[in-house]
Amino acid sequence: MNRSMPRTIAFYACVLLIVLIAVFPFYYAIMTSFETGTAIFRPNILPESFSWDNYKAIFTRRGFVRSVANSVFIASITVGAALLLAVTASYALARVSFRGRGLLLMTILGVSMFPQIAVLSGLYELINLLGLYNKPWALVLSYTIFTLPFTVWVLTTFMRDLPMEIEEAAIVDGATPWVIITRVFMPLLWPALVTTGLLAFIGAWNEFLFALTFTISADQRTVPVAIALLSGASQQEIPWGPIMAVSVLVTIPLIVLVRVFQRKIVAGLTAGGVKG
Amino acid sequence: MANITLKAVRKSFGSFEVIKGIDLEIRKGEFMVFVGPSGCGKSTLLRLISGLEEITSGDLMFDDARVNNVIPSERGIAMVFQSYVLYPHMKVYDNLAFGMKLGKRDKSEIDTRVRKAAEMLQIDHLLDRLPRQLSGGQRQRVAIGRAIVRDPRVFLFDEPLSNLDAALRVATRLEIAKPHHDMNDVTMIYVTHDQVEAMTLADRICVLRDGVVEQVGTPAELYEKPNSVFVAGFIGSPKMNFLTGTFADAVGCTTLGIRAEHIDIVDQADATWTGTVVHAEDLGSDHFLFVDIGADEPVVVRRSGKLDTGMLGQVVSLRPQAENLHRFGPDDKPLG
Ligand SMILES: Nc1ncnc2c1ncn2[C@@H]1O[C@H](COP(=O)(O)OP(=O)(O)OP(=O)(O)O)[C@@H](O)[C@H]1O
Ligand SMILES: [Mg+2]
Repeated sequence: MNRSMPRTIAFYACVLLIVLIAVFPFYYAIMTSFETGTAIFRPNILPESFSWDNYKAIFTRRGFVRSVANSVFIASITVGAALLLAVTASYALARVSFRGRGLLLMTILGVSMFPQIAVLSGLYELINLLGLYNKPWALVLSYTIFTLPFTVWVLTTFMRDLPMEIEEAAIVDGATPWVIITRVFMPLLWPALVTTGLLAFIGAWNEFLFALTFTISADQRTVPVAIALLSGASQQEIPWGPIMAVSVLVTIPLIVLVRVFQRKIVAGLTAGGVKG
Repeated sequence: MANITLKAVRKSFGSFEVIKGIDLEIRKGEFMVFVGPSGCGKSTLLRLISGLEEITSGDLMFDDARVNNVIPSERGIAMVFQSYVLYPHMKVYDNLAFGMKLGKRDKSEIDTRVRKAAEMLQIDHLLDRLPRQLSGGQRQRVAIGRAIVRDPRVFLFDEPLSNLDAALRVATRLEIAKPHHDMNDVTMIYVTHDQVEAMTLADRICVLRDGVVEQVGTPAELYEKPNSVFVAGFIGSPKMNFLTGTFADAVGCTTLGIRAEHIDIVDQADATWTGTVVHAEDLGSDHFLFVDIGADEPVVVRRSGKLDTGMLGQVVSLRPQAENLHRFGPDDKPLG
């Protein structure tokens, strides 16, 4: 390619602009987390001061570690439950032909379009009925419900694309549906599983509305709620510094997860298994 | 190692009948080839035998036991698919061993059998590779190996060579013929629409057309005594010449069939037909002349030796060998 100079410059200028716009809020959060006192309230581009005070404040605060543990527990169980249900469901939706399959798929997609607030009161009733109020399981349940449609759709699409013959070869080999799913399909669906699992994890990790509604006591809170309810020295003070510090801290696990699994996503894993 | 009997087997997809009542006996240790044009139901029939597809009505017997409702893995079959299916995430070794592992076989027994099959197919140096690291021919051999290690009663092949190039096709054809010779009396059923494959591999050929059996017999029987115009046209390359109208009337039939090698070029005095050579194909060892004798299509004449290029455009006199005429009646069946 022989692109002219001005076009190249324009291209990179655009890229730079987009990156700037996308990254600035994060940059500002990180910068603020290292500032204290009134420095926080002065708009600035470069850090004015630097201190670890906000971070120290977080770890000395009661309940923070507890809410991180809550979040990890809830997000992990949600991912596990969602993937288990979604993989089995999408096998049925992709490979078993039954009456009303198309309708069911559309319904699943439709359900995922409801905003959270619309189902909040219904879900609240349900959770009370099941006696899950103020328990982590309330959140696991509601997050799983909200993650499943997307996960099922993505996995169904992927599974549909797996060649029929691989499954038939496995059937001839004596594999039951469970063996086909776990030992033949799952390894081939790795990229999709990782992607949907990661999104489910991030969704559960960051969710706020349900977490706020379904928990009452401080030791049941997840991180986002804990951040929001972080109180300053007085009623009127919003402790921006510590809030920013927590926000930065809880983002790190997500970044690590993405980095780790990025390498595991081996594109084109199915290439070479089937030709035709 | 199994006698397979089909009794009035039918298969419908919804209201669409694909297999329309097939009675067939496949003998123990036989190499049976199903041929027929695309869409005639060969694959479907094979899948009925494998159990991957459910039989709508009729009986399927393996050695006198009705297996209509037996699941594929318990029928003692092994199948090689058209698109050679390997598990992409498993090494060749595990691909070969997967079925036996599911069958909870002994580890050392699995190992012995995998290695034996790999040796037989000359893929023993590839056992540690993933399928995507293999060439097409190697993959197909692994697929055949997957079938062999299962030590099945019946081998099922669905156009296993159609994805390979011509040279590889011939080589792999040998690989397929070999287990048939090596493993005594293993029954093989092989689907193809390539009649050369059918002729070279088969003990017996079953010609299918539109979901029914047209004719079953040895390659020679089908070649020499086709019992319909369809079979006559389908078996043999080049295709048998068919003549109608006055040409057929002259020998008292509706359709006259004559193979290319059964037409002689003779002196003008002995000629049955005369015509111009409109096209010629030279294969080296023999050549084909396409002679326009006034019929719908040129008649193909096979002669041995190299083509004399001067033949093109010449008028030649032809005489079909009387004992090799195939005379078909109005119902496309052979006459007396
Ligand atoms: N699952 C199915 N549902 C509906 N129709 C089917 C199904 N499988 C096959 N058919 C139809 O059955 C007929 C026979 O198909 P089949 O695959 O057996 O043909 P074939 O003889 O193997 O052809 P080819 O040589 O092209 O492979 C075709 O008309 C096909 O459309
Ligand atoms: Mg077919």
